[in-house]
Amino acid sequence: MTVTNRVVVDPITRIEGHLRIEAETDEAGRITRAYSAGTMVRGIEIILRGRDPRDAWAYTQRICGVCTLVHAIASIRAVEDALKYPIPANAQLIRNLMIAAQFVHDHVMHFYHLHALDWVDVVSALKADPKATSALAQRISGYAKSSPGYFADMQKKLKGFVEAGQLGIFANGYWGHPAYKLPPEANLMAVAHYLEALAWQRDVVKLHAIFGGKNPHPNFLVGGVPCAISVEPKPAGPGHGPHYRGGQEATAVSMVGLQTVQNVINQMREFVDQVYLPDTLAIAGFYKDWAARGEGLGNFLCYGDFPAQDMNSPDTFFLPRGAILNRDLTTIHPVDLHDPAQIQEYISHSWYRYSVGDGKGLHPYAGETEFNYTGPQPPYEHLDVEAKYSWMKSPRWNGKAMEVGPLARVLMLYAKGHEQTRELVGYTLKTLGVGTEALFSTLGRTAARTLESKIIVEAMQGWFDSLMANIKVGDLKTFNETQWDPSTWPKHAEGAGFTEAPRGALAHWVVIDDGRIANYQAVVPSTWNAGPRDAAGLPGAYEAALQDRHTLYDPKQPIEILRTIHSFDPCIACAVHVTDPEGEELVQVKIR
Amino acid sequence: MSKESGLLIANLARQGVSRRTFMKYCATLASLMALPPAAGRAFAEALAKAPRPSVIWLSFQECTGCTESITRSHAPTLEGLIFDSISLDYHHTLMAAAGEAAEAARAAAIKANWGKYLLVVDGSVPMKDGGVYSTIAGISNHDMLMATVKGAAAIVAVGTCAAFGGLPKAQPNPTGAVAISELVKDKPVVNIPGCPPIPVVMTGVLAHYLAFGTLPELDKLGRPLAFYGETIHDRCYRRPFYDQGKFAKTFDDEGARKGWCLFELGCKGPVTYNVCATTKWNDGTSFPIESGHGCLGCSEPNFWDAGGFYRALSMPAEPLKVAAKAVAIGAAVGVAVAFSNRTKKTAARTGHQTATLADLEK
Repeated sequence: MTVTNRVVVDPITRIEGHLRIEAETDEAGRITRAYSAGTMVRGIEIILRGRDPRDAWAYTQRICGVCTLVHAIASIRAVEDALKYPIPANAQLIRNLMIAAQFVHDHVMHFYHLHALDWVDVVSALKADPKATSALAQRISGYAKSSPGYFADMQKKLKGFVEAGQLGIFANGYWGHPAYKLPPEANLMAVAHYLEALAWQRDVVKLHAIFGGKNPHPNFLVGGVPCAISVEPKPAGPGHGPHYRGGQEATAVSMVGLQTVQNVINQMREFVDQVYLPDTLAIAGFYKDWAARGEGLGNFLCYGDFPAQDMNSPDTFFLPRGAILNRDLTTIHPVDLHDPAQIQEYISHSWYRYSVGDGKGLHPYAGETEFNYTGPQPPYEHLDVEAKYSWMKSPRWNGKAMEVGPLARVLMLYAKGHEQTRELVGYTLKTLGVGTEALFSTLGRTAARTLESKIIVEAMQGWFDSLMANIKVGDLKTFNETQWDPSTWPKHAEGAGFTEAPRGALAHWVVIDDGRIANYQAVVPSTWNAGPRDAAGLPGAYEAALQDRHTLYDPKQPIEILRTIHSFDPCIACAVHVTDPEGEELVQVKIR
Repeated sequence: MSKESGLLIANLARQGVSRRTFMKYCATLASLMALPPAAGRAFAEALAKAPRPSVIWLSFQECTGCTESITRSHAPTLEGLIFDSISLDYHHTLMAAAGEAAEAARAAAIKANWGKYLLVVDGSVPMKDGGVYSTIAGISNHDMLMATVKGAAAIVAVGTCAAFGGLPKAQPNPTGAVAISELVKDKPVVNIPGCPPIPVVMTGVLAHYLAFGTLPELDKLGRPLAFYGETIHDRCYRRPFYDQGKFAKTFDDEGARKGWCLFELGCKGPVTYNVCATTKWNDGTSFPIESGHGCLGCSEPNFWDAGGFYRALSMPAEPLKVAAKAVAIGAAVGVAVAFSNRTKKTAARTGHQTATLADLEK
């Protein structure tokens, strides 16, 4: 028997939720087998049963507070699909703006606050020359904050922090690890932008606050959006003094609020263009070896999003739908969420039991969720990876493990011939001096996230202009009340709602009986990516990616694992949310 | 390092923060916390003397919304807090270290700050079946909580999940989720409910603790009275329409566009104790009612089981009641909330001294 070492990374930090990675390495430290385990579960679908489907968005939204709107969107769309419930054009535009804002906000925060410290050595920044840092910053971008004085102040601040001896969130980082390749000046620039991005993100969520009342967890509404538009001029005269709240200031979506939305769009665009994109390219230039590892499956799946009309017209989606197999960009396979043969979930290595046998896959409409924890009692050292080892299920498309997320979407846009995407990808590859094959990698995934942020942020202006044009001609409709009353609903209804979440294709399936939720199933991006092996022993996307040319320099400092796992932007509270610990079966639903 | 170099005032000076800015920040906090203006000076003096106290943040059955919310804090900012005021020694979402190195950081912070560190918790703790529903580093949430509680000076339960059990505890509570206060009986626990809590409420409590080494005055549910003393409805800008009987009947009718009261659309503002209507959200941009949706009641215990977000309250002044199946425990708690709040509300109001932005600029 060959000697293998087991490396355990738990907790994986700088992610959402609770993820554990176990990896076997050979004598050279190369990862031979990797296992991804979700270790927290709440049972939200169980909690949903018997409730009003119009309330479901609020429960599912709390699956995740990072991608804070995606589960609300998928939920209201699932209910609207089930009830054949159309929504007004303004509501569609406002939803598009909110989803797009989530993308850009989420991607920037992921890059600077969750992913950057895998590439950026904070301690090395202390050795930087502020003048040289300024020169570097000005060479790559026209961003205003790039003077020598700015970087000198930033360095002084950082120095004070380090000298005080309390490193806080930076304590025990792998500082000085030879895997860090950036010169001190690039490190200082990135640390400065870590802080700038924190300040920026606080401001740009105002778009969500205006349309949804707050962020995190803005409000949504089946049948439209909850934010009535109030743009009537404020009446003058007695009774309309400073405390009068009619007219122009009646709701947050006033002319003032809409101006704030325009400002946010500008701010988002500016930051992506002047900071996020140049930083990504600058940092990537030092890590080209990461363009040759970290993409293991070669299969990619997108549901598509940003409808120009409605959710039943995938041809009008700004982000297209489809599947790519074996890295073949010449063929895009059609995807149907309602087809019982296409999307199925497996539980061979998940702590669940199926009545039809643990080796079978089930479509979400017929999904079963019966709890079957067979793992070790805590505290434990290792999971039994030959048996069941995760709270995540293993979703498959036509039996294949698929990667979802930014890389899948950029490849899909590219394969469809989207001009801007082709230009951006071409520019990126040329700047880095690498070929198209470099896309299929850890670095490719991280770069794809940046590129799609630029593509999406530029589309926002169009949706905003359309909304303003509607308002100008007096179309203030934001809600369709015709099917709001449950007495108008059919006795039995079922529907699928989907969205492209920042982390990838997300869909909810709902079954409504007598006005109440009979069954609710969510198959989420991080389950696609982070799920365990299936019945055939095929690994999920994280597992396959880690098995693609990763050698650990020091198993005690597994920075190589963090780089590739973080490139997926894990969201584990999303991935693990289903269970039925009572052991009862979910309602069985016949396929139409 | 020398002891002085770790002091907050030294940090601030190094970073070019003027005394005036610092005093302004302290006065703002004093005002928010409904403390007399003199407390601003006390804040300033206490903060200036303190080396950054250690804060350990544990995340259990949660969605990271509470962490996201604190990153949205405008005053003080999160970076301001973690660079200038506290030493955030363990926080899953933000810390650089992972795996063993992360757990070593937690152990080191516990050891070095025994008896002094503040423990912040978000998320509920699953108690069913030996805690197999949530583990970190192979350890159950309950074990990790109790091991970290031992050396803590106080515990801050942020978010409705940590404070009251929240969503995981909603019927039928599949994982046996409980609130932190059900597990920690020998240490002070302050509850900061909300889904998520308003950022300034979280940072305000932290600042109070930093300044005085104590927790602010709490109500019977462990909530800081300064923030949870009045209902949303009491301070809502749409309240005059309620009094005039002007209600929006649907989400985009004339009433909705004119900002009329959302009571008939299911608003839970009348039974929800929080400061959304006054501090508002995201730098004062809006709050749920201003953006046309009724209040969900997200800072109240058991709000998930209170019978539907679009069902109008039967009576405006009643406490948030729990739907039939959860009546046994829920309603009793609900009544207790309302009673305790009404008695404490008057006290909170009399003790409150307002300070406007203009006052602070003087």
